[in-house]
Amino acid sequence: MSARNTTSLLIKGGRVIDPASRIDAAMDVLLKDGRVAEIAPPGKIKSASDKFDARHLVVAPGFIDLHVHLREPGQGYKETIATGTTAAAAGGFTSVCTMPNTAPIVDSPEWVDWQLRPERGAQANIFPIAAATVGSRGSALTDFRALQRSGAVAVTDDGKPILEDDIMREALTRAAEINLPVVQHAEDTRMTENCSMHAGAKSFRLGLRAMTAAAEASIVERDVELAMQIVNARLHVAHLSTADALKAVRRGKRAKSRVTCEVTPHHFSLTDSDIPDYDSNYKMNPPLRSTADLEAILVALADGTVDAIATDHAPHALHEKQVEFERANFGITGLETALALAITRLHSEKRFPLARIVELFTAGPARCFDLRGRGSLQRGSFADVTIFDPKKRWTFEASKSLSKSKNTPFDGWRLTGKIVATIVGGKIVFPSQ
Amino acid sequence: MQPARGSLLGIEHLDASEVLKILKFARRMNPDKPRPLLKGKRVVLLFYEPSTRTRSSFEIAAKAMGAHTVLIQSSGSSIEKGESLLDTGYTLRAVGADIIVIRHPNAGAPFVMAQHIDIPVINAGDGLHEHPSQALLDAYTILRNKKSFKGLQVAIIGDIFHSRVARSACHLLSKFGVKIILCGPEELVPEIAATLTNGIRVTRNIEEALRGTDVIMLLRVQKERLAGLRIDLPEYVARYQMSSARLKMAKKDAIVMHPGPIIRGLELTSDIADGAQSRILAEVHNGVPTRMAILARAAGKMK
Repeated sequence: MSARNTTSLLIKGGRVIDPASRIDAAMDVLLKDGRVAEIAPPGKIKSASDKFDARHLVVAPGFIDLHVHLREPGQGYKETIATGTTAAAAGGFTSVCTMPNTAPIVDSPEWVDWQLRPERGAQANIFPIAAATVGSRGSALTDFRALQRSGAVAVTDDGKPILEDDIMREALTRAAEINLPVVQHAEDTRMTENCSMHAGAKSFRLGLRAMTAAAEASIVERDVELAMQIVNARLHVAHLSTADALKAVRRGKRAKSRVTCEVTPHHFSLTDSDIPDYDSNYKMNPPLRSTADLEAILVALADGTVDAIATDHAPHALHEKQVEFERANFGITGLETALALAITRLHSEKRFPLARIVELFTAGPARCFDLRGRGSLQRGSFADVTIFDPKKRWTFEASKSLSKSKNTPFDGWRLTGKIVATIVGGKIVFPSQ
Repeated sequence: MQPARGSLLGIEHLDASEVLKILKFARRMNPDKPRPLLKGKRVVLLFYEPSTRTRSSFEIAAKAMGAHTVLIQSSGSSIEKGESLLDTGYTLRAVGADIIVIRHPNAGAPFVMAQHIDIPVINAGDGLHEHPSQALLDAYTILRNKKSFKGLQVAIIGDIFHSRVARSACHLLSKFGVKIILCGPEELVPEIAATLTNGIRVTRNIEEALRGTDVIMLLRVQKERLAGLRIDLPEYVARYQMSSARLKMAKKDAIVMHPGPIIRGLELTSDIADGAQSRILAEVHNGVPTRMAILARAAGKMK
């Protein structure tokens, strides 16, 4: 988006939490010409054409979601870039990284360019992630340089893993030459055929074929091993969900490899035992895991092993979900509940400092994909700001979601923490004016 | 939407008292003495999977009570043209069905159907999940041979993992405090099976499973399911096949059951299948009165 404001906006009286600048204090923030012009103690900044009263609110850098499916090109009946980014803005996200498993697959600069065009009507910044292999078929690599030049911030075959060792090695090597992260959906699909949930007592009881934790961990272990061998390789593990996969990521980080990972709100909020019988709004991939996995994720979110919270927002039409559980599409929406789940689960229940939560939505993800000028309120940064009320109690209603699809397990959940305003490039995009 | 009254989606969520009510009513049912409890009712048999026993006995049961039956199979119907489960359900409802009996390869399909359609849905087997009418007819068969469930020990031998019969049987027997022993190789009888309900023990040793056992339930072993496992066919036969020699390890008056179809020479020998302690054909026979009771319950006529 090139929202360039000639006017300025002063955000007054809020508690600024900007982990990238190590700020957690009462500050005023002046946005001007699409940038952060000034940040100073309360009352120091004068003159601005517009003022935003942020008393009792947290003022944070605009949130970044590293993992969303906005379904365009080709699947506009589930979501469009316009509707998806409207939902993103409602969830406080000013930047979203879009997954390439659309129809067709985003495996060429032309499609990256198509996604970035103004006529898509994006309400937030779009950072396309392009396919790592042609058609995401896992064999021939795409043209990483050309994709990067057209605006892609990473490559992935998300939805599918890159299984072949040689192809993954080549992808990491070639991407390393241009400092591009390779994002892996870690799932050994040879072990998960016809599986629709996590392997455990619940799947046995429901009679559903199920995915073992090993199917995820074995791929992460292999990828971390490769990332440790290849100079400058950048590996980003998408939607990590198991304790064993976390061990591999820790090993990579200890070895100073450039390994990063993200975790979804549903994986730190729910386990497989929470799935009501055959409710496909609880079906996603990776699936909801065991309590032990969830506990391990909480530890890793706290100790810094996890770099980012990402939603894996995966909208699907009702007719794709209201079917036999095993035939239902994988995926749930998540943009509008992410912050509230983080505050409710991590802050209210687990006593995470708000600054850590903000970091997981801002500085953390910005680092993963080198999103320069994002994820911070430093002077000169883009004027992307998320303002929220950390204490506000509210009930999420799926029917009122701004996403085109309503496939969420969190309908009717009582949550704490609500987005009050989302500012992209100096312009308030939520609430819509 | 809550499933309509009289639906039978599984044994798990059924009360023990309800199970006994169905079994008691089944004893009063006799297909040779028709009772028009379902007179004028339309029972749709919606079968997405092949079936001989279950389908024919539901059909005979329905007809013995005066119902009209319509059989719909996936081939030769709109299902083949890509109609969804729910659309098929709405269509059958609109056409005037009073009860839907559904067999489906996906676990939970009857549950999804029942959540959206306001007529009783009877699960005639869904994927690996449950096969409640089989569990009820097995319970009926057990009670024809044993005084009560009290103090009984039941060994279920074979491919538990892929068996909806086993899951339903465990839920049912457990409601009456029956000791359940699951026996077979690890790939077919995972340890996690013991978490299904109370009173379940898992063993790899058939001798241990049979010692002191009153009821032996055998399950079909599908050759294709052994493919890729650490156990091969001859080894399975050597370790788990029910033979006369092995039957002696169980209680003297133990009975042998099998939901069928049986594979002679694999999970059991012919002398077991045809032997005095076998109740395999009795089970098939008992399927009709049991399903008459299930249908009467669906129609609100089980009094």
